[in-house]
Amino acid sequence: MLAKRIIPCLDIKNGQTVKGIKFLEIKEVGDPVELGAFYAEQGADELVFLDITATHEGRKTFVDLVKRIAKNINIPFTVGGGISELKDADALLNAGADKISINSSAVKNPQLISDMAEHFGSQFVVTAIDAKHLHGNEWTVTVNGGRIPTDKRLFAWAKEAEERGAGEILFTSMDHDGVKQGFANEALAKMSDLLSIPIIASGGAGSMEHFKEVFTAGKADAGLAASIFHYKEIAIPDLKNYLKNVGIEIRL
Amino acid sequence: MPSQKVDTLLARNRKERFSSMKTVIIKYNAGNIRSVNNAIHRLGYKAEITAEPDKIVKADKVIFPGVGEATKTMDYLNKTGLGNIIKELKQPVLGICLGMQLMCSHSEEGDVACFDIFAEKVKKFNLPIPNPDNIKVPHMGWNRIHDLKGDIFDSSIEGEYVYFVHSYFVATGVHTTATTDYILPYSSALQKDNFFATQFHPEKSGKVGEKILSNFLKL
Repeated sequence: MLAKRIIPCLDIKNGQTVKGIKFLEIKEVGDPVELGAFYAEQGADELVFLDITATHEGRKTFVDLVKRIAKNINIPFTVGGGISELKDADALLNAGADKISINSSAVKNPQLISDMAEHFGSQFVVTAIDAKHLHGNEWTVTVNGGRIPTDKRLFAWAKEAEERGAGEILFTSMDHDGVKQGFANEALAKMSDLLSIPIIASGGAGSMEHFKEVFTAGKADAGLAASIFHYKEIAIPDLKNYLKNVGIEIRL
Repeated sequence: MPSQKVDTLLARNRKERFSSMKTVIIKYNAGNIRSVNNAIHRLGYKAEITAEPDKIVKADKVIFPGVGEATKTMDYLNKTGLGNIIKELKQPVLGICLGMQLMCSHSEEGDVACFDIFAEKVKKFNLPIPNPDNIKVPHMGWNRIHDLKGDIFDSSIEGEYVYFVHSYFVATGVHTTATTDYILPYSSALQKDNFFATQFHPEKSGKVGEKILSNFLKL
């Protein structure tokens, strides 16, 4: 059986790992390569490196850092931030990235998902969606690191991304991110029922129980978190042992 | 002979063997080429990434990695003549992911004829109906390999997790050397003569993957 994945997310700014609360108040927490290698050793199933300021400041992605990461790490990793054209993705693939994640650029130009999927294969293309809860089942998709709401709605956009060839959805709830009160399980489960591609849940992890809930009630395929790992609030081996003990399929 | 001298001699032999052994990674229009190269380097070996027929034919080991789409990749490999070269290789060849699928006879991905090294068809995973466990396609993440056979596996990794990313699969058959269960039991590795293939990515499968790559490089 396929194991549920635990994914530490390293937000990168100026070559350093950072983590903000609700995408603001950015603090530095360490060297991305060192931290990534440490997590891989600890049993992380994958890593995500997001250049969080890339879109906002119009910077292109961090190919050199990706090369260093690829040299030192023996598990898969996804990179995102500032990818708006095929050639950006191509440079990252050649630098050693296993998957790329596109977010704002896909919202602005949905054809980008189709083009990426056609060119590199769906498996290479993660569509990241940052969304904010409106009411009931309505969520608005935001862009530019959560700064700008759009007229796109979460579930319709996730479905469109799948139909255009996205291999995976990385859904971050802006309402849950950094709050540490658990993931957006209801929306995640709805998305999981609606789509047939894997869903990475992001935003809200504060305890080991939250991961159990996201894999059961939230029906997520992977759970992503940042600060709880960076600040050593939860150690990955402890988390994975706990999940195994409560009956979740997990790689130890 | 004093044991220290033996150790030194063995080390020197090993070093010479490593440095004289030529491993090539086939360069083509798509592929996680650098990842495979990095993994080989982490094991202490060297490899050259090349599309030059002469270097490929003369290499001791050939790795044919893969991320990409079957039809486009086959077009490219046919046009460049690399396809014919790969088919005729006599040294150990390791196809990875798409590389493995292209070594089969046909892929449903774009309905394309492939190298026909393994007389197997590559099919798309169909989601179970109904699907109460929310099974997804692609098959993405860590899953177990079992019933291991052949020269690149050993009993120490029976049942271990390795990393997969794929939407198409090869059924189990005479060439199957590893089986994985996802929707159905299928071939996660194949072997025929000097041709080896893994559906999973050993270069991304942590220590277990390193063991498999190392077994291949030591053949």
